[in-house]
Amino acid sequence: MNISRRQMLILLPAAAVAWEAVLAGTPEASPNYKLTEHWWGMLVDIDKCIGCGNCVRACATENDVPEGYFRTWVERYHVSDYDMANPVVDSPNGGKNGFPPVLESGGKDFFVPKMCNHCADSPCTQVCPVGATFISPDGVVLVDKTYCIGCRYCIQACPYGCRFLNPKTHTAEKCTLCYHRITKGLTTACCEACPTGARQLADLKNPNDPIHAYLRTHEVQVLKPYMATGAKLFYHDLDGSVR
Amino acid sequence: MKTNKFKDTEHLWRVALVFAAGIIVFVLVRAVLVPRSFGEYGHYRGNALTDIAAKPVVFAGHQACETCHSDILAVKKDGKHVGVNCEACHGALAAHAGDPGTIQPPKLDTAVLCVRCHQANAAKPKDFPQIDAQEHSSGLPCETCHQPHSPLKGLGAKP
Repeated sequence: MNISRRQMLILLPAAAVAWEAVLAGTPEASPNYKLTEHWWGMLVDIDKCIGCGNCVRACATENDVPEGYFRTWVERYHVSDYDMANPVVDSPNGGKNGFPPVLESGGKDFFVPKMCNHCADSPCTQVCPVGATFISPDGVVLVDKTYCIGCRYCIQACPYGCRFLNPKTHTAEKCTLCYHRITKGLTTACCEACPTGARQLADLKNPNDPIHAYLRTHEVQVLKPYMATGAKLFYHDLDGSVR
Repeated sequence: MKTNKFKDTEHLWRVALVFAAGIIVFVLVRAVLVPRSFGEYGHYRGNALTDIAAKPVVFAGHQACETCHSDILAVKKDGKHVGVNCEACHGALAAHAGDPGTIQPPKLDTAVLCVRCHQANAAKPKDFPQIDAQEHSSGLPCETCHQPHSPLKGLGAKP
């Protein structure tokens, strides 16, 4: 078989593309899950949170979150009625082991669970230089750890402090909204473990999701709305002192 | 002597060949390095979605528990803990749900578990039932009086 130089030049790129397909393998598909039919968010009802730390522990168990790092955590606010603008916030070990008794008297105390806001216009994905972090078509901000170079731009860019660098893999890590669960029809680990229903997974594209009735009938806020991040972590009963 | 202004075309061809070779090398290297699914949905590797979604679950979800433990469901139904999912107290049990015969859930210690939620704390919502464990039971295990699946059952308390 004789191959001319011209044929060789045509064949080489084709062979490279074919080899790439071999390397990539066949991806495992979730057969019944359609990316375009979902737009995920979450609802947090401050009024129901008891600060038990179940969500923090469940998240760590489900997602192998390293000790001392958090994909979700719970903060406790103490807002004095004499100094509303300067709340005292504590979060011992992210609230993983619960909270000690409130020491300050006067004012009000409440818990605020925090996690990735899965922003529709997220600042963290905009700064990634290599396309390692992105907003999925179903509205979840994810990190491709095989692409992440660990430059930490995204960690600086997140206005909510939701990202960290995994000390073992040296790649950026964050809440995936339990993407491996929600694509299988389950709720997130934090919602599953929350005993009071303070956290609710919400599918904003599903007209039958109770989130729509809730948003119509309740006062709901997001954190730092002035940053126009399109945050989809909705808080009910959020105090103005929460940062 | 006849002047030919294109006499040096040979040099231009060499440069053109170097450029062409460079472009071909670039295309080949790019084809090898850039994954096929890059750009499928946006400026990222499309297969990352399936990679992330392929992770196995650790919490089975209450639906899985309820397929077998309908007796517990019946006890919980009228109790205060009706809205509390099984794994909120029992912990992550996808392994047990996958192989109920060999993998048994760990025994729970109510002295640790109940106070996690019900130990009084000023930051908890005012309508949430809270106790000071020492004062409430003077160290007795909670299940001496309370059934964890329906904590007020048989106590004559207000429902």
